[in-house]
Amino acid sequence: MASIQITEATKSYGNTAVLHGIDLNIQDGEFIVLVGPSGCGKSTLLRMIAGLEEVTSGSISINERIINDLPPRDRDIAMVFQSYALYPHMSVEENISYAMTLRKSPKEKIASAVNGVSNILGLNGLLERRPKALSGGQRQRVAMGRAIVRDPQAFLFDEPLSNLDARLREQMRSEIRKLHRKLKATSIYVTHDQIEAMTMADRIVAMHDGYIQQVGTPLEIYDKPANVFVASFIGSPAMNFIKGTARASGDGYHLQTDENHQIILPESADLKDQMDLILGVRPEHLMITEEGPATLPATVDLIEPWAFPRWFMCVSVRTALKSSHSNGLILQKAHKFM
Amino acid sequence: MAYYAKSKGQRVVDWSVHYGLLACFLFFALFPLFWLFKVAVTPTNLLYSEGIRMWPSETTWANFAQVMTDTDFPQFFINSAIVSGATALISTLIAAAAGYSFSRFQYRGKAIIIVLMLITQMFPLVMLIAPIFRILTPLGLTDSLLGLVVVYTAFNVPFATFLMQSFFDGIPKDLEEAAMIDGNTRFGALVKIIFPLTLPGIAATLGFVFTAAWSELLFALMLVSSPDAVTFPVGLLTFISKFSVDFGQMMAAGFLALIPAAIFFFLIQRYLVQGLTAGAVKG
Repeated sequence: MASIQITEATKSYGNTAVLHGIDLNIQDGEFIVLVGPSGCGKSTLLRMIAGLEEVTSGSISINERIINDLPPRDRDIAMVFQSYALYPHMSVEENISYAMTLRKSPKEKIASAVNGVSNILGLNGLLERRPKALSGGQRQRVAMGRAIVRDPQAFLFDEPLSNLDARLREQMRSEIRKLHRKLKATSIYVTHDQIEAMTMADRIVAMHDGYIQQVGTPLEIYDKPANVFVASFIGSPAMNFIKGTARASGDGYHLQTDENHQIILPESADLKDQMDLILGVRPEHLMITEEGPATLPATVDLIEPWAFPRWFMCVSVRTALKSSHSNGLILQKAHKFM
Repeated sequence: MAYYAKSKGQRVVDWSVHYGLLACFLFFALFPLFWLFKVAVTPTNLLYSEGIRMWPSETTWANFAQVMTDTDFPQFFINSAIVSGATALISTLIAAAAGYSFSRFQYRGKAIIIVLMLITQMFPLVMLIAPIFRILTPLGLTDSLLGLVVVYTAFNVPFATFLMQSFFDGIPKDLEEAAMIDGNTRFGALVKIIFPLTLPGIAATLGFVFTAAWSELLFALMLVSSPDAVTFPVGLLTFISKFSVDFGQMMAAGFLALIPAAIFFFLIQRYLVQGLTAGAVKG
């Protein structure tokens, strides 16, 4: 297995820069999830690691060896594509064994590797079939099988679950995680689905507009988002943002919102009087309550029945607030962005 | 959307219209071939004396025998097969390479090349005969099969390239990228993964170019004069003399000329049907 270092990597198409100075160290055996909205550069970064896109400047190293100029076949990595990219004219067995056949591995070794993989992924009985005779979930497994049979230095996943239905996605998520625990392989997983990111990652790399916004464990990203983008992108329903100005009051500070409401702010050494602030509040940190200090007047505008607890969408003057509780609306915890 | 089951009567009407139209089309397409065969097996003395009949009162294979033994038709036939086969192979090879390049790579000048190739398709062939004759003469390529192959290839490559490009466009790039990660070079991925998937496209392109070259008359007539290099469409004109037309032998020769094209299409038809319908619907 391998550690991967990305140093000051950039990618441009002509005059259009799509990745700017990416620095990232991935430890041996780590499961890293690159997450961000469409067009943020996460797939491009993955393809640069795979060798399918050239690195414009900077370097990518695997086990401290710079691989910028190595063709994909010499990088000893495996990749699972969003479309699965199974070879339609080959059987499942031929698909799985193709990389080993190209490397001229002995037939017995190939047979035993294919057998091992099909046992792990439950592909026995499907080996003679062509990809078109498989369901989406089965194709996904074959794509996984093709990757793990080679025992590569690192696994790259490019939104591998986005073509599956919700139930299957959930199932495959946990299977991939279990597989990672078993194989202890360095893995880089690209997704725009924050649930996949939160549930699978050892560390999440949040990306936006070609920049890394934050790198951290799922809970760090959720509880201490580095900026408004990360705060808004991670979490469903999304975090509420309230704009206003910090005002000194007694021992502490409160937020004077643009709609002239006052919210007591948590203690912080960074706060200064008259400072412009955006207050971020997770839905689960709001409660509906009687009017009083540290409250915002709000009207329940829409109720989305969405498992338990029910999510309330509330509207306060011009500020849209989302709450996960049905019995109050007070701020229990807030993030501030200056 | 609601689905309304059709009544039995409606289904019968649909079936009748469907197959009726198909039968009309088949009759329209195949009747000239039937007439070709009918005239070819009609004895010369009955050709004008019996009037218009669907089938002659007597039939004969004499026209076929005379074409095969008393004329240069076997030579024309071989010339056509060489020219068409070589043109089809070379054009398809060049078109496949060019189509792959257009489909997969971005490079400077690509748009200009595509526009230039489109422009070559805009001129009527008859306009180009004189300049092509002037170009080929000093190269010693007039009156030779090689000259015809060069000209036919030049004229067929642009369309064949666009045809092949559309087939490559239909094959996801992910497949060759997966093959490259699995251990192939780009060329290896092309040969082992993409090529087998493009067989229907290759068959369609081969078929298109082969028929175009097989039936080409204008250039063959203008660029070739010696009997050694005459192709069969030009050869058919030898059945027209100053005072008469030997329709029986001409039709027999024409019918024989259909055979290689029919064999060729029979061999590639499995791929051709896939090729012509590929990409029409999401698979």
